[in-house]
Amino acid sequence: MPVDRNTEQFLEEAQATPFDFHEISVKAAGDERLKTAVSANTQRQYDGRVSRMLDLPDPDGLRDLAGRIKQHTLDHLDYYLDQLKSAVEANGGRVHFAADGAAARRIITDIATQAKCRGVIKSKSMASEEIELAHHLERAGLDLVETDLGEFIIQISHDKPSHLVAPIIHKDRASIARLFADYFHTPYTDDPSALTRQARTFLRDKFRRADLGITGGNFLIAQTGQVCVVENEGNARQSITTPRVLVSLVGIEKLIPRLADLAVMLKLLARSSTGQPMTIYTSIFGGPRQPGEKDGPEQFHLVLLDNGRSEILADPQYRETLRCIRCGACLNACPVYRKIGGHAYGSVYPGPIGALITPLFQGLGKFQDLPQASSLCGACYEACPVKINIPKHLVNLRRDIVKGKLNGWMERLVYRLWARGLRSPMVYRMIVGLQKFDLRRRAAGTGWVHRLPRVAAGWTQVRDMPAPASRTFRQLWKDRP
Amino acid sequence: MPDPPKRVALFVTCLTDQFYPRIGVAVTKILEHFGCTVDFPRAQTCCGQPFFNNGFHPEARALAERMVPIFASYDYVVTPSGSCCAMVREQYHELFAGDAKWEKPTHDLAVRTYEFVEFLDKVLKVDFAQFKLPQPHNVTYHYTCHLRGIGIKDQGVRLLRQIGNVQFKPMEKTDQCCGFGGTFAVKYPAISGAIVQDKVSCIAASGADTLICNDAGCTMNIAGMCHRGGMDVTVKHIAELMADAMGIDVGGW
Repeated sequence: MPVDRNTEQFLEEAQATPFDFHEISVKAAGDERLKTAVSANTQRQYDGRVSRMLDLPDPDGLRDLAGRIKQHTLDHLDYYLDQLKSAVEANGGRVHFAADGAAARRIITDIATQAKCRGVIKSKSMASEEIELAHHLERAGLDLVETDLGEFIIQISHDKPSHLVAPIIHKDRASIARLFADYFHTPYTDDPSALTRQARTFLRDKFRRADLGITGGNFLIAQTGQVCVVENEGNARQSITTPRVLVSLVGIEKLIPRLADLAVMLKLLARSSTGQPMTIYTSIFGGPRQPGEKDGPEQFHLVLLDNGRSEILADPQYRETLRCIRCGACLNACPVYRKIGGHAYGSVYPGPIGALITPLFQGLGKFQDLPQASSLCGACYEACPVKINIPKHLVNLRRDIVKGKLNGWMERLVYRLWARGLRSPMVYRMIVGLQKFDLRRRAAGTGWVHRLPRVAAGWTQVRDMPAPASRTFRQLWKDRP
Repeated sequence: MPDPPKRVALFVTCLTDQFYPRIGVAVTKILEHFGCTVDFPRAQTCCGQPFFNNGFHPEARALAERMVPIFASYDYVVTPSGSCCAMVREQYHELFAGDAKWEKPTHDLAVRTYEFVEFLDKVLKVDFAQFKLPQPHNVTYHYTCHLRGIGIKDQGVRLLRQIGNVQFKPMEKTDQCCGFGGTFAVKYPAISGAIVQDKVSCIAASGADTLICNDAGCTMNIAGMCHRGGMDVTVKHIAELMADAMGIDVGGW
């Protein structure tokens, strides 16, 4: 599909709009249809994870181990990347290091050009979304189709994914039915089997004809030089085995040392994502077709993406965030994500992990709302299969905001004066006394305040505020016999 | 020989001090009932949590440095709020990490600091089944988020259910955040509002007339939303419920 005017326009608009989290999140939080769709789907996946994790004899111990495997690999990433490269090359594959998105896009376009590829089938890859690979290849004249059903729907609706694992979590059946009717010029039906069959027929033709397959990678195994891809639909398998040229685009942080470590990760990934003990298909592959093999590509290219990862790696504090295996468990657990969905985060990585890595990748100045729009409830940390302490890093980013003077001077002044005041019990009592006087006056004997002063008006925008008690506990204590 | 009475310092927290002093009274009287001597060190103000959470770490540290000596001479420090407990037990380590002079006193304080229900359960080993409310009530429970930070899972619900005349009505999504998050509720009202609305809907669906909520911030948020929506639900700290069952007057001494 050559790129059309709609997509071009959509992309231009997306680039041009400065990211206003407040505006987008308010709209999202008020969108009942979105909230219903996202809440229901995240709850299902959350409940699935909680039940399936109980199958394991020691879920917490396993998460601990998985976290340590990832941390160890990150702490020695140079060593393992070297090992990976040697192993891939020993299998007859080629390794390309892409410093950034532009480099990766160029590398992959060159591979396609040199191999004279025309048709591309692509399986799900968040890294490819990160660098907008598909649009770039379409603009270069390749006929590219997303083969994951959710991503296919995203592609033909000129939309963007809103969840790491379930890209169309924000869509409902009726809108998908409408989309298919318009796209395929067929009568409207919202029967899921019929819609899936339509997509399947369309995609199988593409599978037959494609000469370039592009995949992502859930894990890279340094020891054997292989990529591991997990999926439920079988489309990644098609992308791996059918075309004559195979490209896997994978972030450098997806590396793990050995197949034995993969076993640990695979016990946790699908459980954490969707509550499945395993995904339907798990593929471990690498290298072109070996002598005597019946299937497999003629060429295998592993494109390793940096695009800011090595900067995060260099920071001993934030390095931990690279442990992420993109399972989406934190999204499903997050009270904020459940209410606003993924698009409100303004980047390819939403939810709690997105609130960390989006500012780290793209700058805290543009995305300073993301780490602040959290109640620090800790549900994400509790859910994370590799034990990334997300709340701690959200607070660290807030500390960076203050240190970098990215928030308003007035806010910094108020907090500092307030903190200073609290160092003295007498000043504390004074502040409390003033507040009590003002709030009780506003409550006018009802015990409730309906409108707070402007600095705190956000509270009473949605709820009432109890008035302070007539005497503080401190004052009551003085009466103790 | 009976054990010497446990010397407990009450860390009342700024929100409880101002908005729910009766929780402080309930906690004091209940601890005394079980043989503790309770003191309220008057020099306490704030543990520094709002400053820490908002990225003002030097300011948070200054408040933490005040806190540590104030509570140094007691056997235990008990607080009715899980979030303030988590601040002292977990975040103080971060604030003082690598500082040789403060590491030991901070650790010392952390191991002596307990959330109220945790203290009754783990240290005093109170049998909650001995209590009985004067009247039966349909009671539900909100799992306040910072219990995660101090490693408490379902003890709160388990103990609540032991109390007589408590007709426990489980709530859906009991462990989903209520949307308070301190300044989050003021800064992001649309999101916070959507979250607390969800919580209130779950409370309504449970059929309970009483919600047990063991954190003053959550209580202000949830009760404020219930009141705005005209919902008739009583929100209480478990200490107040226990005081009801024990016939303790929480209005004064």
